Amino acid sequence: MKLLTLIPPAAAMLLAPLLFGVIHRTKAWFAGRQGRPLLQSYFDLWKLLHKGAVYSATTSWIFRAAPMTALAALLTASLLMPFGHVAAPLEFPADFLLFIGLLGLARFATVLAALDTGSSFEGMGASREVFFSALAEPVLLLALATLVRQAQAGGPGSLATVFQRLTTRVHWLHDGPILALVVSALLVVLLAENARIPVDDPQTHLELTMIHEVMVLDHSGPDLAFIVYGTALKLWLLAALVVGMVLPPVSAIWLNLLLATAGMGVTAVAVGVVESVMARLRLALVPQLLVGAGALAAAAFLLGLA
Amino acid sequence: MTLLLAALALLLGGGMIVLATSRPHRDCSWLAAGVVVVAAIVGGIPAVQVLAGGTVSTLHWPWAVPFGQFALGLDPLSAWFLLPTLLLSALAAIDGADYRKSGPEPRSLGPVWFFYCLLVLSMVLVVLARNAVLFLFAWELMAVASYFLVTVEHERPEVRQAGWIYLAATQVGTAFLLALFLLLARQTGSMDFTVWAARGIPTGGWAAVLFVLAAIGLGTKAGFMPLHSWLPEAHPAAPSHVSALMSGVMIKTGIYGLLRFLTFTRTPPLWWGWTFIGIGMTSGVLGVLWALAQHDLKRLLAYHSIENIGIIALGMGVGMLGWSTGSAPLMVLGFGGALLHVLNHSLFKGLLFLAAGAVLQQTDEHDLDHLGGLLRRMPWTGTAFLIGAAAICGLPPLNGFISEFLIFLGALRGAALAPGAVAVSLLAVVAGLGLIGGLAVACFTKAFGVVFLGTPRSESARTAAEVGPAMIGPMLILAAACILIGLLAPWAVGTLPRVLTNLTGLPTAAIHGGLAGAVGPLLAVVAASAVLLVILGLLVLWRRRLLSRQVMATGTTWGCGYAQPTPRMQYTASSFAQPLLSWTSAVLGGRRQLTAPNGYFPAAASLHTQTPDPLHPDLYRPALDRVGAGLARQRWLQPAAVQLCILYIALALLALLIWKFG
Repeated sequence: MKLLTLIPPAAAMLLAPLLFGVIHRTKAWFAGRQGRPLLQSYFDLWKLLHKGAVYSATTSWIFRAAPMTALAALLTASLLMPFGHVAAPLEFPADFLLFIGLLGLARFATVLAALDTGSSFEGMGASREVFFSALAEPVLLLALATLVRQAQAGGPGSLATVFQRLTTRVHWLHDGPILALVVSALLVVLLAENARIPVDDPQTHLELTMIHEVMVLDHSGPDLAFIVYGTALKLWLLAALVVGMVLPPVSAIWLNLLLATAGMGVTAVAVGVVESVMARLRLALVPQLLVGAGALAAAAFLLGLA
Repeated sequence: MTLLLAALALLLGGGMIVLATSRPHRDCSWLAAGVVVVAAIVGGIPAVQVLAGGTVSTLHWPWAVPFGQFALGLDPLSAWFLLPTLLLSALAAIDGADYRKSGPEPRSLGPVWFFYCLLVLSMVLVVLARNAVLFLFAWELMAVASYFLVTVEHERPEVRQAGWIYLAATQVGTAFLLALFLLLARQTGSMDFTVWAARGIPTGGWAAVLFVLAAIGLGTKAGFMPLHSWLPEAHPAAPSHVSALMSGVMIKTGIYGLLRFLTFTRTPPLWWGWTFIGIGMTSGVLGVLWALAQHDLKRLLAYHSIENIGIIALGMGVGMLGWSTGSAPLMVLGFGGALLHVLNHSLFKGLLFLAAGAVLQQTDEHDLDHLGGLLRRMPWTGTAFLIGAAAICGLPPLNGFISEFLIFLGALRGAALAPGAVAVSLLAVVAGLGLIGGLAVACFTKAFGVVFLGTPRSESARTAAEVGPAMIGPMLILAAACILIGLLAPWAVGTLPRVLTNLTGLPTAAIHGGLAGAVGPLLAVVAASAVLLVILGLLVLWRRRLLSRQVMATGTTWGCGYAQPTPRMQYTASSFAQPLLSWTSAVLGGRRQLTAPNGYFPAAASLHTQTPDPLHPDLYRPALDRVGAGLARQRWLQPAAVQLCILYIALALLALLIWKFG
């Protein structure tokens, strides 16, 4: 393992909460406000880590173990995602399957913690979360299978090789439509998996309409810090997936990293723009959005066959 | 082979002794469980030897049955199925020794244990048989023994009903199997598997007929989707340790039969693989959707068996496509994944059924919506169920992830490299496996969450207590096996090559080459799992440090400021599954009866939902009734008077004598 490979996880762990700051600032700019400091998420995490915790009398050890399990899964996932054409410490053929599995483990833990509280609100959020993610997972797999075929790496390659070959081998003018379809499918997955508008509104204050936020209503103190940090990591990792397949490599490593960081910033701004100009969808429409994204990815695969 | 014969004799003899004994229940149960455990150990030794590279042993004894021969063989493929059969039989027997029958106390549990021993014996015979007549004999013995086990609690009418449905379904399957064997025997002039295994089946039209017969006859036992209707009836009716055995290993004999059938055929045409992918997708996706709609824990688990059989069929489909297109890696990964999933499913499904049995025994409550909060009351059972649930969802670092990973790898490889239609069908496998996994998470968070988390929804759940060590022990062993296979994945896969050589007939080099593409990634997966556990440990320590200086308070669950939450305010299993079910109601159907709350002070309101299986046995009834009516017309041939029966016998004897000596 080269020392260089530690850069992608380090970047993810250090910079992930910054994405929230960028999104907030973008939304504030649209609303004509000044917005909160870019580093506010870090201050919040620091504050939460140094607070006590309140537990519902209903809860068992599952509720206490879940935030740690979810964060451990996401931290492990951050060891799999390359960044700026620097390979991740764990790189192997079809590593994205483990990545998806780890996201699933994090979700499993969070959902169980929600059900442990015995609250109908949290049950409601948990129910929606498993529904939408069950539809988002095949979309992610379809998109990745399309990328793997396009990369022509002689079988299921690792994320790093797929990114490398995609951005250098593929002719954007010729294969552009395919990649555009995959990128749009992946962006829908990014928004759905991270509970952003148009699927879920992280800013809402009505329990009845929330998905992710309502699942974590009862967590407090360090547990909540773990969950918030995990959410940031997940946003970072999925954004890195989109950025990685779009940005072509240049010769210097530091320039690659700089470009990728800028790409993450652009993605965060894009999420902020979407949140500013769109209302969230009715819950009944979310499955259709996800199935639509799946259709885009499948269409991309079929285009690639021709 | 001697050890195997000893195991068979032990099971038969032990079963007879238990049947004859008039000892009180507990002694009788423990005696029988002891017999099964010893037989499992004795029989397990040769199976392990064969898998580890020992010689393949065979045995040929003459048998008086026409065309029959008492031919047994233990090759790696048989051994692969034999091991989980013996392991789960032993563990389920220990669990069952603590089993208490609901309803009136029976005079003796002797017959139950006799049929249990017989079921184990017949399953062992099925995977060892090398002669079609012997195979059918064992197959039928298995059906009869399991029928009597399903109907142990025959005082309940629904149990008797389930028993009949099961018996009818399994006999229909056997009819197809009989036709398959007769056709095969006609074409090869032998009833011997070793003759058929010389790839004796001709290609072309006959092969297609044989394939369809095999898929229907063996698929009925396995529970392929249109043929599954007996499964969700029989599993909830049987005692839980029997359900564990039936769901964990007995339905796999169908898969074993199909794999054995494939060793008889030459390179299959593409549509065989596509058929299996179609079966796998239907069984997988619909199985988990119906599981999600269930309110009965054991029925939910039964539908999950259909789902997992679907995953196994997907793996076999990938393997067959690889075979047809001449791609060894695809073959190795597809069949390898399917084989490993057979083992894994027997572990976690056995575990889940045993845990469900423990819950059922302690609460006597079938309805999910009357349970809750059991993790505090039954910590061991709950933890074991949690591990099984995570494993069946295919989550790392447990064993379910590993076998699905192999199938995924195969399908992705094909989707990336194969031409046209094959690539598209394999892409469908990738998406389908993803969807099945996602829905399984939905279903098992529901099952675990509603049963074990939150607060109890009924008095019986409130007063439940942990089960005894005889029931906890087997669950913990199975849970440990799920974890170990997950953490030792590359080595678990390392046992596959001999089985795959046996199954596919590929040269060893090709098989190792195909598996090499999986072993590397699996080593990395194991490394990642280790990292995951280390990070988790560090987080635990860190959180403890952080909280050690802080105030920890206990409060009520947040309810928008409402401070007196009651158990009835919790989300229920029905409400949890509702969004998914209403979205898929076009496929699933389902009935709703709503008495809406009315007025300012609504008094009574109720909502009943039910999602019956469209292939519910009752829907077969019109057709079956017509068959029955047709047969009733021949009733005059079968008189009630004993004298006439004796006359028939005399006439038959006379006819035989004339035929033989005339």
